[in-house]
Amino acid sequence: MMRNTKLTTLEEAIRKSGLRDGMTISFHHHFRGGDKVVNMVVDKLAEMGFKGLHLAASSLSDVHAPLIEHIKAGVITKISTSGLRGELANEISRGLMEEPVVFRSHGGRGSAIASGELAIDVAFLGASSCDELGNACGYSRSENAKSICGSLGYALPDAQYAQHVIVITDDLVPYPNVPMSIPASLVESVVVVDSVGDSSKISAGAIRDSKNPRDILLAKSAAKVVINSGYFEDGFSIQTGTGGASLAVVKYIREEMLARGIKASFALGGITAHMVKLHEEGLIGRLIDVQSFDKVAAESIKNDPFHQEVSAIDYASGEHKGSAVHALDMVILSALEVDTDFNVNVLVGSDGIIRGAIGGHQDTAADSALSIIVCPLLRGRIPCVVPKVTTLITPGASVDVVVTEYGIAVNPARPEIAERLKAAGLKIVDIHELAAKATSIIGTPDPLPFGEKIVGVVMNRDGSVLDYIRNIEG
Amino acid sequence: MEIKPASAGTLESGDILVRIAPATTDGLSIDLESSVAAQFGGQIRHLITETLEGLGVEKADVTAVDKGALDCTIRARVTAAAVRATGKDVWRD
Repeated sequence: MMRNTKLTTLEEAIRKSGLRDGMTISFHHHFRGGDKVVNMVVDKLAEMGFKGLHLAASSLSDVHAPLIEHIKAGVITKISTSGLRGELANEISRGLMEEPVVFRSHGGRGSAIASGELAIDVAFLGASSCDELGNACGYSRSENAKSICGSLGYALPDAQYAQHVIVITDDLVPYPNVPMSIPASLVESVVVVDSVGDSSKISAGAIRDSKNPRDILLAKSAAKVVINSGYFEDGFSIQTGTGGASLAVVKYIREEMLARGIKASFALGGITAHMVKLHEEGLIGRLIDVQSFDKVAAESIKNDPFHQEVSAIDYASGEHKGSAVHALDMVILSALEVDTDFNVNVLVGSDGIIRGAIGGHQDTAADSALSIIVCPLLRGRIPCVVPKVTTLITPGASVDVVVTEYGIAVNPARPEIAERLKAAGLKIVDIHELAAKATSIIGTPDPLPFGEKIVGVVMNRDGSVLDYIRNIEG
Repeated sequence: MEIKPASAGTLESGDILVRIAPATTDGLSIDLESSVAAQFGGQIRHLITETLEGLGVEKADVTAVDKGALDCTIRARVTAAAVRATGKDVWRD
């Protein structure tokens, strides 16, 4: 029999939290483009008269454009996030905020929360189901399930370390909502709303399933790199990013796994339907899931005990020796730009406008045994292999192979990889040749009209500063 | 050379839409809108001018909406628009 409840309204939950002007509030982005929690909560905070808040989200996207008005009104004066997209990113790139946005990788955010460097006062965590004591999940076992997002991996450090935790759900279920992702002991209040997110949009945004022939060519080349890298043996582990090509790679790797009778021990990271399929076929032993990238993955994490949810810390922290990236063999990542020192930019577009997210890029590139970047030489007239990246996100020291449709470049620090790929008949080129090829097609771009104001600070996963982003003019 | 309003190209990514109309000023007037204007605006204008002058078009109003087209595409679209505008088929005549 229930003798206790944490159920309350959003306004009452905020009052009870002790939130004051200038404090730090946090959110996760598991609903991606379908998120409704950030806008709902910040609208309420504005209505209640709060000012000067620091919004620390695991990431922000197109759907968060309404924050622009709250920034102009002084409700939000600082942002920490992994990424920014859409109109909010556009305005910030043009100098909307006085304080620069702090960008961290997912692992870097986890570490910063654990160490207290990013201290969260009140966490507002959307959940797909919750009981009235606060046991919360990113899926629901009830018949009224409205919005499912799967893993709550990016919310778990917030739940663990925030001073005060408010769970916001659209499916209040009878106690006990077990198995749970966030245990009731970490939760102060539970708020029921009409909708926390639109699940149909969790795969919107960064993720595309490509039919583009160039993406398919890139995927086939990347699969050949994986297969001939020396790491493709029974028990290997792998992570893929969300670009069209890096998703398609999985299909070609699967064929070779079947042909050779090789199985993977685990797949890590953002988990997609592609990975779930291989797992269900018995080709991947375990799925370690910090973020479910589609509905299939979100359902799988609910139903399959070998599909394990992990926190951002257990996924990718550089400061915790137990984080899964330390056991990762290969990672396939995309890029906006790679330069001739193998540095990668995944955050700022070649027009100087922020249009992406660090995500797990830094973390997986640094700690995997082999990191493979897949990108075309050009996107329209925009070069992807350049003399120098617009913004440094992942240092070249942790990038091993760059796959383009004009050839594969291997970091000179990894000569053994180049030898293995050459022996397999792959076309290995110097990365300077790729950059020169791009220039020969498009000409030399004029410098971007950057201003003097710093609008973003890019943190490395160890808490050091990697680069600054300046405002763009014109 | 007499110019009639004409166009070539599309607004697809990687393409350029070129419109040519009778001149309202002396010489070539080029109104360019480009997704890569900051980095390539100068190069694209220069290429449009060079292509038109090469075809003998020295007075016209040109409106171009560029979606990141490569030089070969820009040259082809400008040429096609000029052929339609002048009735002088450079490929056949």
